[in-house]
Amino acid sequence: MTKIFETPLYAYKRSKDQGAGAPIRHKVVIIGAGPVGLAMGIDLAQEGIETVIIDDNDKVSFGSRAICFAKRPLEILDRLGCGQPMVDKGVEWDVGKVFFDDREVYKFDLLPEEGHQRPAFVNLQQYYFEEYLVNRVRELEAAGAPIEIRGGNKVTAIGTHDDHVTLEIDTQEGSYNLEAEWLIPCDGAGSPTRKMLGLDFVGRVFEDNFLIADVIMEADFPTERWFWFDPPFNKGQSALLHKQPDGVWRIDLQLGWDIDKEEEKKPENVIPRLKAMLGDDVQFELEWVSIYTFQCRRMEAFRHGRVMFAGDAAHQVSPFGARGANSGLQDTDNLAWKLKLVMEGKAPDSLLDSYNAERVHGAEENILNSSRSTDFITPKSEMSRLLRDAVLDLSEHHEFARPLVNSGRLSVPCTYDGSPLNSSDALDGPARTRPGSACPDVPLGDDYLLPKLGGKFTLLTIDADAPDMVEEDGITVARLALSVKDDKSGALKARYMGDATSAVYLIRPDQHVAARRPNYDDNLFRAAIRRATGKE
Amino acid sequence: MTDLILTPNIDGADDFYAELLTAHDGLSKEDSDALNARLVLVLANHIGDRKAISQAIKTAKLGR
Ligand SMILES: Cc1cc2nc3c(=O)[nH]c(=O)nc-3n(C[C@H](O)[C@H](O)[C@H](O)COP(=O)(O)OP(=O)(O)OC[C@H]3O[C@@H](n4cnc5c(N)ncnc54)[C@H](O)[C@@H]3O)c2cc1C
Repeated sequence: MTKIFETPLYAYKRSKDQGAGAPIRHKVVIIGAGPVGLAMGIDLAQEGIETVIIDDNDKVSFGSRAICFAKRPLEILDRLGCGQPMVDKGVEWDVGKVFFDDREVYKFDLLPEEGHQRPAFVNLQQYYFEEYLVNRVRELEAAGAPIEIRGGNKVTAIGTHDDHVTLEIDTQEGSYNLEAEWLIPCDGAGSPTRKMLGLDFVGRVFEDNFLIADVIMEADFPTERWFWFDPPFNKGQSALLHKQPDGVWRIDLQLGWDIDKEEEKKPENVIPRLKAMLGDDVQFELEWVSIYTFQCRRMEAFRHGRVMFAGDAAHQVSPFGARGANSGLQDTDNLAWKLKLVMEGKAPDSLLDSYNAERVHGAEENILNSSRSTDFITPKSEMSRLLRDAVLDLSEHHEFARPLVNSGRLSVPCTYDGSPLNSSDALDGPARTRPGSACPDVPLGDDYLLPKLGGKFTLLTIDADAPDMVEEDGITVARLALSVKDDKSGALKARYMGDATSAVYLIRPDQHVAARRPNYDDNLFRAAIRRATGKE
Repeated sequence: MTDLILTPNIDGADDFYAELLTAHDGLSKEDSDALNARLVLVLANHIGDRKAISQAIKTAKLGR
């Protein structure tokens, strides 16, 4: 059977732009049809913004990279119309086990909070994720949305101007030129665009190598995340075992720094390592083996005039914590609505600077978390190993040490504290829904809150009066009126009210809170709308 | 948040010190280091107060 990652999904086709007399100008050009570029394109096309996605390849991600997708990205994908296939195909998990040396030191249950439509995590091969995104692009195309993917198109040169960007593109039939009002490079960690524009990408390289193997096996390991520190089968190093759909298992084995990567990748060297881990009698087949060195780094600024970087091109993290693709989707979620308002002339260009401010903040948080996990997993000094081992030893018998064990702090949504778009918090409500937070979901009878918020500005009132519609300088905000009685489980009250008896929230199109107060006040909410759109 | 106590606070200082030394009796350098590391973690958790712990780390680092 041919795997989905071997099938061309957007094979090269000659476009009418090739051989046009003068370069054709498009509204938005996205470089890279990876998960981030595709999500970006879908978001814009759903809003009717003409978008061309350029990729030098024609297939989904080769082999398996990301496997772990968190709740917030799934919610974003719901808005993009492809959350459901992810959840249907993905493997849900809650339990993790931590092993040290030859013993299990403890077991944890993520104990996902009730009352969310989406699970805390699903595991799914990145190539399925990308396939679902491509399917969604096709669906939008069929419905007449202005989106196009051009496979076999490689960007080779970029020129930036005040009001547009020029691109030179290489194809099997020669090169052609294009123009874009806005350019969004999502061309991955090695971003050629970044290099063409001479932009920096600084951070930390972790001097270590990891063998990442995806194996197909009929094994009765439970659907749990197993993490080993210093196991007998990989002395002095770490290991991870995690389940994916189709009987595929992700195995990470830390190899150390001084190794011969090409040698280590050979099946005759990989198979004995895996047998030592899985046991001699387990039958398995290798789907994919790669060796990675991990890094945590980011661009100093994600926005450069008409060029806005997103995803791995803008920031890269080690995979412990599953923050790569998950944070890339939060980039696109943050950028799409802002770009739309600026393009429509409903918000000033400076609104796009808040993309930079908010997502640099997000990247910093992810880099901090991923660096700390990597430092715990791969201690780089004698003392850091000593302390790490002390934590693990104590964690077996004493609960207090368990929060210190860090085998990856799994991706959670970023709260934009201090964002220039936030109005100051005027509600004595729960901290988790303070301005800047991503709205947590809440059950509402047979439905949920987040689908009701959708992707527009919303005035959420809970046991409070307000106009059904507020229009402020081109921004229309519709009211969603709820009562704590709408949710028998009490989650609406707990997550949005706390001790307050009424609440009014201004919620952005990316479902982040912009402002909240106990009651509707016309002047103050109009100011909040202006502020949330970069006008104050 | 309380300030780190830097005035005498242990009753029977000599007994405490002897107990600490005895705990290391007969241990290899490696095992002793590991014991110290565990002890630091256990004590830090007992203190709990982030401000006091930060001050303790600074004081220890200064060495005076
Ligand atoms: C081992 C491993 C495990 C991971 N696990 C997780 C996880 O569990 N969860 C998670 O969220 N993330 C994880 N990640 C990270 C995740 O894979 C990346 O963050 C994600 O792929 C980034 O997507 P992207 O679209 O930004 O870039 P990419 O996926 O790298 O896509 C870039 C695209 O740009 C195209 N391109 C490049 N140059 C050009 C050019 N000149 N012209 C045209 N097109 C070009 C490429 O062909 C490619 O399609 C993991 C990564 C690794 C390596």
